[in-house]
Amino acid sequence: MIIATYVKHVPDAEARLTADGGRIEVDDHAYALDGMDEYGVEAAVRLKEAGLADEVVALAIGPARAEAALRTALALGADRAVLLESDDDLDPLAQAGPLAEAARACGAELLLVGGKQADWDSAALGPAVAEVLGWPVCDWTTELRLEGREIAAVHDVDDGSEAWRAELPVVVTTQQGLNEPRYPTLPNIMKAKRKPLERQPVAASARVVTLAAALPSRARRGVRLEGDAATVASELARRLRDEAKVL
Amino acid sequence: MILIAIDHAHGAPRRGAFELVSAARDLGGEIAAVVLGGPDAGPVAAALAAFVPRVIHVDDATLDHASHERRVTALAGVATELGAEAVLLGAGRSGQAVGPRLAWRLDGALLEDVAAVRREGSTLVAERLAYLSRASLTVRAEASPVVVSVKAGAYPAAAPADAPGTVASRAATFTAADDAARLGERRSVARGRVALEEADVVVCGGRGLGDADAFERHVVGLAHDLGAGVASTRAVVDAGWRPYDEQVGQTGKNVAPQLYFALGVSGAVQHLSGMNRSGTVVAINKDGDAPIFKVADYGIVGDVHEVLPALRAALSGLD
Repeated sequence: MIIATYVKHVPDAEARLTADGGRIEVDDHAYALDGMDEYGVEAAVRLKEAGLADEVVALAIGPARAEAALRTALALGADRAVLLESDDDLDPLAQAGPLAEAARACGAELLLVGGKQADWDSAALGPAVAEVLGWPVCDWTTELRLEGREIAAVHDVDDGSEAWRAELPVVVTTQQGLNEPRYPTLPNIMKAKRKPLERQPVAASARVVTLAAALPSRARRGVRLEGDAATVASELARRLRDEAKVL
Repeated sequence: MILIAIDHAHGAPRRGAFELVSAARDLGGEIAAVVLGGPDAGPVAAALAAFVPRVIHVDDATLDHASHERRVTALAGVATELGAEAVLLGAGRSGQAVGPRLAWRLDGALLEDVAAVRREGSTLVAERLAYLSRASLTVRAEASPVVVSVKAGAYPAAAPADAPGTVASRAATFTAADDAARLGERRSVARGRVALEEADVVVCGGRGLGDADAFERHVVGLAHDLGAGVASTRAVVDAGWRPYDEQVGQTGKNVAPQLYFALGVSGAVQHLSGMNRSGTVVAINKDGDAPIFKVADYGIVGDVHEVLPALRAALSGLD
């Protein structure tokens, strides 16, 4: 069984953003493997370590710099990597086609995708690629087991959680709670440099385009209340009622 | 024709349903609503008819607890039959999974988790947040139809229409692929708890509380007093004090209540991304340099254990 795991190269949570000419600009050095995708890499590598998978292939879509995210996935235990290279700003639906094609090409029967991407704040890629492939999707997964040819999972739904089962092939979107991702060790980082990484140009047209970008900051009152507990408490209660009018 | 997909629970539309009605009315043109589910969804469809001129009830009991794939097939059938130019749905967990599949199935575009949507020429333009809610983007759909998932609380709940609408039932047909996933037991959050995304007031506790008992006493206590939703930071969830479904932030829920209490919360960027659209923010933290104070309307530098009992007494003493 071959597992494909999608990784995205996204700005770090602390990266400085600037809005310039309708685009958000980020320093190239402030990018890293999306934390949400690390759970998928970890899940894939654990299945392989348990002898339940033959190969783990890391897939990425993006510009040349996205190779760094793939190298991280390789250092975490993926066997090989494919970069679907595109400099275009592709929305998740536009990415879903090429990603589905790549997953098929490597013979994957389990495709892992992070639950939400930290650049677009989007949860769409996993479900969209599942639709392209015609596979079921288990989204927001917190427990994942492979039992024979069947995936047994638990995932979050609107009001709680739900048990979910399906025979391979399936798409699973990952999130915090699924596992504790390991850190890449120095020897593994060195080894990752020699693992195969293939680059393929990808042509896709965007279905959504960005017209303008801004960095809004909400005006806050910024009031500090000082004094003993009873004083600040009654002052806060009064202000919430009379000033903010929220009580 | 704008089609709105209605989520419901316990025989009534969820609050988000009426927000979608407002979004659809703002767009203008014909509006229809679709309700999925067996006989229990009948009253939901009837309730919706007071708000929209045309309600389609896909009457199939399997849709009461159905895979995303079944729901997509049912919605796609209605959208295609009506020739919908746009399908609006809520941006909750289920909408996040159904929206992209539906958009691809209809060969259209997806405007995801939007705070506002409007017409521009023959297409739709929306406002949405990105980069962990730090940036605001104006995006345009380049394909049609457009599936739009609308953020909870982005629109006010609609008032009933002047004239009641009609309800029509229809059946749905499914394929084997729709049943590839088999759903098991569903565990709901504790009964009586306020749904976080729908709460007007949210009380969030962080590691600064010290331990799970203090969280229960102060955070859950204040939330109970105010009929508020209980939220946690990732650190609290990682420590095992509280369940995942209470987590607010990048990897948890996005909330935008009128009033947000951050108790013993330091305010990491990842947490702020889940709450920075809130109306009034109150922060209580021992560390006066904590980043949470930068997004607070009212800040108290102090020990939650001392301030909270006094605050609860003061709030209950308000006229």
